Amino acid sequence: MMSQGIVTVSYIIATILFILALGGLSNQETARRGNWYGIIGMTIALLATILGVVERHYEILLVALLIGGSIGVILARRVQMTQMPELVAVLHSLVGAAAVAVGYASFMDPGRLSHFSGVELTIHDIETYLGVLIGAVTFSGSVIAFGKLSGRIGGKPLTLPGRHFFNLGLLLGAIWFGREFVLQSAIGSGMEPLIIMTVIALLFGIHMVMAIGGADMPVVVSMLNSYSGWAAAATGFMLGNDLLIVTGALVGSSGAILSYIMCRAMNRKFIAVIAGGFGTSGGTSASSDSDEDQGEVAPIDAHETAALLAGAKEIMIIPGYGMAVAQAQHTVYEITKALRAKKINVRFGIHPVAGRMPGHMNVLLAEAKVPYDIVFEMDEINANFPEVDVSIVIGANDIVNPSALTDPDSPIAGMPVLECWKGKASIVLKRSMATGYAGVQNPLFFKDNTRMLFGDAKETLDEVLKVL
Amino acid sequence: MRIGVPREIHGGEQRVATTPDVATQLIKLGYDVAVELQVGAAANYSDNSYKAAGCEITTADNIWSKSQIILKVRAPENGEVEKLSAGQTLISFLWPAQNPELVKELTDRGVTAMAMDSVPRISRAQKMDALSSMANIAGYRAIVEAAQHFGRFFTGQITAAGKVPPAIVMVIGAGVAGLAAIGAAKSMGAIVRAFDTRPEVKEQVESMDADFLMLDFEDDEGGSGEGGYAKTMSKEFIDAEMALFREQAKEVDIIITTALIPGRPAPKLIMADMVHSMKDGSVIVDLAAEQGGNCELTEADKVVKTENGVSIIGYTDLPSRMAAQSSQLYATNLRHLLTDMTPEKDGNIVNSFDDEVVRGATVCKDGETTYPPPAPKLSAAPKKAEPAPAPVVIKEKPSVMGPVIGMIVGGLVLLGFGAVAPESFMAHFTVFVLSCFVGYMVIWNVSPALHTPLMSVTNAISSIIVIGALLQISATNATIMWIAAATVLLTSINIAGGFAVTHRMLEMFRR
Repeated sequence: MMSQGIVTVSYIIATILFILALGGLSNQETARRGNWYGIIGMTIALLATILGVVERHYEILLVALLIGGSIGVILARRVQMTQMPELVAVLHSLVGAAAVAVGYASFMDPGRLSHFSGVELTIHDIETYLGVLIGAVTFSGSVIAFGKLSGRIGGKPLTLPGRHFFNLGLLLGAIWFGREFVLQSAIGSGMEPLIIMTVIALLFGIHMVMAIGGADMPVVVSMLNSYSGWAAAATGFMLGNDLLIVTGALVGSSGAILSYIMCRAMNRKFIAVIAGGFGTSGGTSASSDSDEDQGEVAPIDAHETAALLAGAKEIMIIPGYGMAVAQAQHTVYEITKALRAKKINVRFGIHPVAGRMPGHMNVLLAEAKVPYDIVFEMDEINANFPEVDVSIVIGANDIVNPSALTDPDSPIAGMPVLECWKGKASIVLKRSMATGYAGVQNPLFFKDNTRMLFGDAKETLDEVLKVL
Repeated sequence: MRIGVPREIHGGEQRVATTPDVATQLIKLGYDVAVELQVGAAANYSDNSYKAAGCEITTADNIWSKSQIILKVRAPENGEVEKLSAGQTLISFLWPAQNPELVKELTDRGVTAMAMDSVPRISRAQKMDALSSMANIAGYRAIVEAAQHFGRFFTGQITAAGKVPPAIVMVIGAGVAGLAAIGAAKSMGAIVRAFDTRPEVKEQVESMDADFLMLDFEDDEGGSGEGGYAKTMSKEFIDAEMALFREQAKEVDIIITTALIPGRPAPKLIMADMVHSMKDGSVIVDLAAEQGGNCELTEADKVVKTENGVSIIGYTDLPSRMAAQSSQLYATNLRHLLTDMTPEKDGNIVNSFDDEVVRGATVCKDGETTYPPPAPKLSAAPKKAEPAPAPVVIKEKPSVMGPVIGMIVGGLVLLGFGAVAPESFMAHFTVFVLSCFVGYMVIWNVSPALHTPLMSVTNAISSIIVIGALLQISATNATIMWIAAATVLLTSINIAGGFAVTHRMLEMFRR
């Protein structure tokens, strides 16, 4: 058995290692080391707790750890890189579920009443209540997000009439039962309001994510990431454990910042995303006017595309969700290699919200072994478009929509976009002329220097590669 | 339907309305294509190559009588009109404004006639704009002709035999032809100056690395007329313009004039005295010769040599002098028009007046004259081009009071909280707030490319909640124990899965 002092010191070491782990992600060279810091930190924290705090039931504990760990490793090995958003959503839901379970277990501990009294008990109860509340919202929200990302639930935002009042009602209900809970807890009961609140929180999580459209998924995923952190922090308060508080706060602020970055990349207000219903109000009437008089698109076939690419000096590839869906990243890289062998400068331009989670495209390109020094962020690359001979837009729409800059009535007005139309030519790979998630027609497709290559991204690109 | 392409009969015309390449694509649209014997001989397209493309080679009579669609370059002449009959579609240059009798005759015969010169100048129709294609070639060829007669280098050179100054070229009228001439002259190494009455083309001229000659003249009328063409200018303006040209004529070696106003004789810009003031051996290429010429001394289709050795080239058939190139571009323009008019790709032409381009180009249809068409809705260069509506970014002035009030309220809440909260809670709370700040500082440095690994690693780290479960697993209460065990199971999935998948992703990020 370790002394309490050693356990605390271990927790401090784990905390530092976790901070270093996040700090390591600042660039690709140190990222792997960062991940190892995280693993070591987690191992130290677990060992210290198991050796220093746990008194019995070691067998059950080890069995649970082993089973869970194996499932986790298998999941991580099996998952396709295109399915990363789903996996992350599932993992978030587990944190949420854990927070709920820990909250309940803590509440059921009869020692609670003897440890705390008066204000301390009230605070402890509020902490428990908050931990369970946030955990439940995270859990149900993540499950729904998983459903949406994996296509089990439609991507369209669910907009119930009076949904804001519904949310408000749920919030007031949660507060009311919180009060009940604290009052009843002091006299030894309180399980009932806790359960009712859990149901309310679950409903709220479901409703919140259901109301959010597919294009906003990056925000949702990072927001749930943030919630899972706050749930851990609330649990830390409940248990009086600083390691949990620190880690929860780190994760919570990390997710919050990611959400903020994603919102900024779409020029949306965070509240507006959470309130949901994108592209269903206001903007549609404006966009329908601009549908007229767009002119027509000029199609192109794989042979002409290959010829155009072979004749270019500077090529920019702009991947979007369509590349992920078609699993075309490997073909994209094969084409990139073929073109680079011809001394053509091929680069990638990544929009922050391309795909369904932050950094989704980078992961896919990394999987295809695209060297990351030819992959650029929107801000790094946008000024270079006038020198680009050919931009290839693969299954992206809203992130290359010029009306975001030119049409103040557009639902996506003010959203920063990749300005590929400033280049000499753009080739847009698309399955059809359907609009993107924002439901906005894209004037890019009608520009004189844009050619449309219709079809499944992987098949058409395979064909282009063959010609090259 | 069958498309027929007869040989051009106009004297000296070497172009042809379709090339073997384009014929292949017309056949893909579902048409049969028949061409007259030796149709492309003058443009170096052999009958064999047409045959290889899938065309039928036949006689003129067969083509005129048995084709539903006739493609030509020049307007019909010398009895060609008589060969047309009701129901046939003729597509060629027609110049309906200049040839009212021809239009009347075509109308009376019930022919559907489309004039390639009347395709409206809207963005969508650029791919069918044969005037621009031809003007482009004319501009290029003008420089080639000028070089032929100039007798000197265009580019400056310093050789062992002495220094050669670069030629100075002045291009008047920076339309399509003018810009093509600028490009050609520039690429041969000359110093190029350009003038245009439309101030908005200054940018285009400068983008080609030529100097734009500014007029010392205060005026706000601008020179843009409808459809992006120039219009007639006021007398004061012309005087200022003349003064500029008079001055330039003494300096420059080559003048290319391309000034045209639709439907009117070409403006006289280079007077006889200016020509006489030019250096010996200078060259003037007058692209407006067909409309009377921009230079007083121009004679259409001739090269005039003045006493002081200035050559004035008045060829009106510059595109035809590059027949292979101009045939290819013209045929492609025609093909684009036909593609638009064959929506089903079944070889059946649809002449729908709902299509602004088709409406604009159609001169007569079903026995009715439909020229002139209603004014185009969009012009190529709208007068007084509105500045593109800049993204409306209304920067809300950050209110100073807002954050101050917020901070005061937040501070009071915290103080009130601190007043009642016990010591132990405040210690945890301090840790919490500080960690939030640490997280804030650390996360901003994370590279956007690593956002996904960031999420998976934070996810793994947030499973530290397992500590909570570990604290509870020692409980003697069986329910609590089992809940805790289940929690350990769930979180360990997360720990292992989160770190493993992060590791897997990061392994991929290789340079």
